[in-house]
Amino acid sequence: MKNQNLYNYILTIADNSLILAQRLGELCGHGPNLETDIALTNISLDLLGQTRSYYQYAAKIAGENKTEDDIAFLRIEREYKNCLLVEQPNTHFGYTIGRQFLFDVYHLMLMEKLQNSADEILSAIAKKGIKEVSYHKRFSSDWVKRLGDGTEESNAKMQEAIDDLWRFTDELFFMTASEKEMVKEGIGIDVSIFKEKYYEEVSEILKEATLIVPENKYFTKGGKEGVHTEHMGYILADLQYMQRIYPNMTW
Amino acid sequence: MTLTEKPNIQENLISVLKTVSDPEIPVLSVLDLGVIREAVEKDGIVQIKLTPTYSGCPAMDVIADDLKKAFSEIGKKAEVELILSPAWSTDWISEEGLQKMEEYGIARPLSESHDKDVLLSEKKLVKCPQCGSTNTHLVSQFGSTACKALFKCDECHEPFDYFKCLK
Ligand SMILES: [Zn+2]
Repeated sequence: MKNQNLYNYILTIADNSLILAQRLGELCGHGPNLETDIALTNISLDLLGQTRSYYQYAAKIAGENKTEDDIAFLRIEREYKNCLLVEQPNTHFGYTIGRQFLFDVYHLMLMEKLQNSADEILSAIAKKGIKEVSYHKRFSSDWVKRLGDGTEESNAKMQEAIDDLWRFTDELFFMTASEKEMVKEGIGIDVSIFKEKYYEEVSEILKEATLIVPENKYFTKGGKEGVHTEHMGYILADLQYMQRIYPNMTW
Repeated sequence: MTLTEKPNIQENLISVLKTVSDPEIPVLSVLDLGVIREAVEKDGIVQIKLTPTYSGCPAMDVIADDLKKAFSEIGKKAEVELILSPAWSTDWISEEGLQKMEEYGIARPLSESHDKDVLLSEKKLVKCPQCGSTNTHLVSQFGSTACKALFKCDECHEPFDYFKCLK
């Protein structure tokens, strides 16, 4: 492939959206109440829409008649470049919200930068995405506050989720070789620029939610280079089932 | 992709475009909604540029099919291209569209700052499409589709959708 770095870079961003959309989709019909159920699946749909735009672009770069579906459904685990955070399970509602919140704050900052990318298509996808992601962030930070500053039990569960997911946040700012190449070309975003701002904003909201900002400095990473947690295989089994059993099927 | 805010729509295609509606809000035509950014006939083929309201809007595929069908009924072939830039805004919904939307039972989008006021600080500004009262409250930031929020009127107690401002 002529433009391997750009292809990789697109997937690094897009796979986050796909896998998080898949995780949220699991809750369709299982949300704690009707409103949150609808909200989570709407967020899932937004992310899936963004994913499609990215994959259509990546498919064009890949050439050889590749389609967005090939990219979504026919890769092996090691080829998915999403961060570990988004693949973490919906252990309880606190986890779903915690994962969303830790991702949304990052996602919005990334989109705000990506809209100025030298790549016209990435810039257009980001401009479109910003509006949607702002709503996601409002939703998740509202719930972090509501649960954190809620009952003793909701506070404990929200804290548990944040404490547990915290170790995946550092990876958001880890840059692969392809990302670094794209930064040089003015296409990619140097995410280290907003790392400090990210932790500031996250901490501010956690404090407002009467939660304790974790001080844990043990971080884990690997997803962006294809080394995933044990959850990823199960996600892909669900996601890819139809295409693997009935190759080339369409709806 | 340097489309200006005003769509480039060929006069003689308007009557057909008017017959294609948004499957989620059937009272609105694609023209009312402002999702057609270009429609021109070139070498006997109608070329249409369609922009999604939201990235994941499932109505887009249906709209693209409906457009092709509507033109084939008058013996014309249509090609639909999905474009993302410039991003769709609720400002592009026509005044006629906004009125139809209200009559249909969906509250129209407020200005950007008022929209933030109702969604973030729960100010009472959204008008109930049933009784007209602004004594309403937000139930959920996401309604039946991503583009809408769910409200309830505290006067007539009817729940209703509010079309969120998108800019
Ligand atoms: Zn009312």
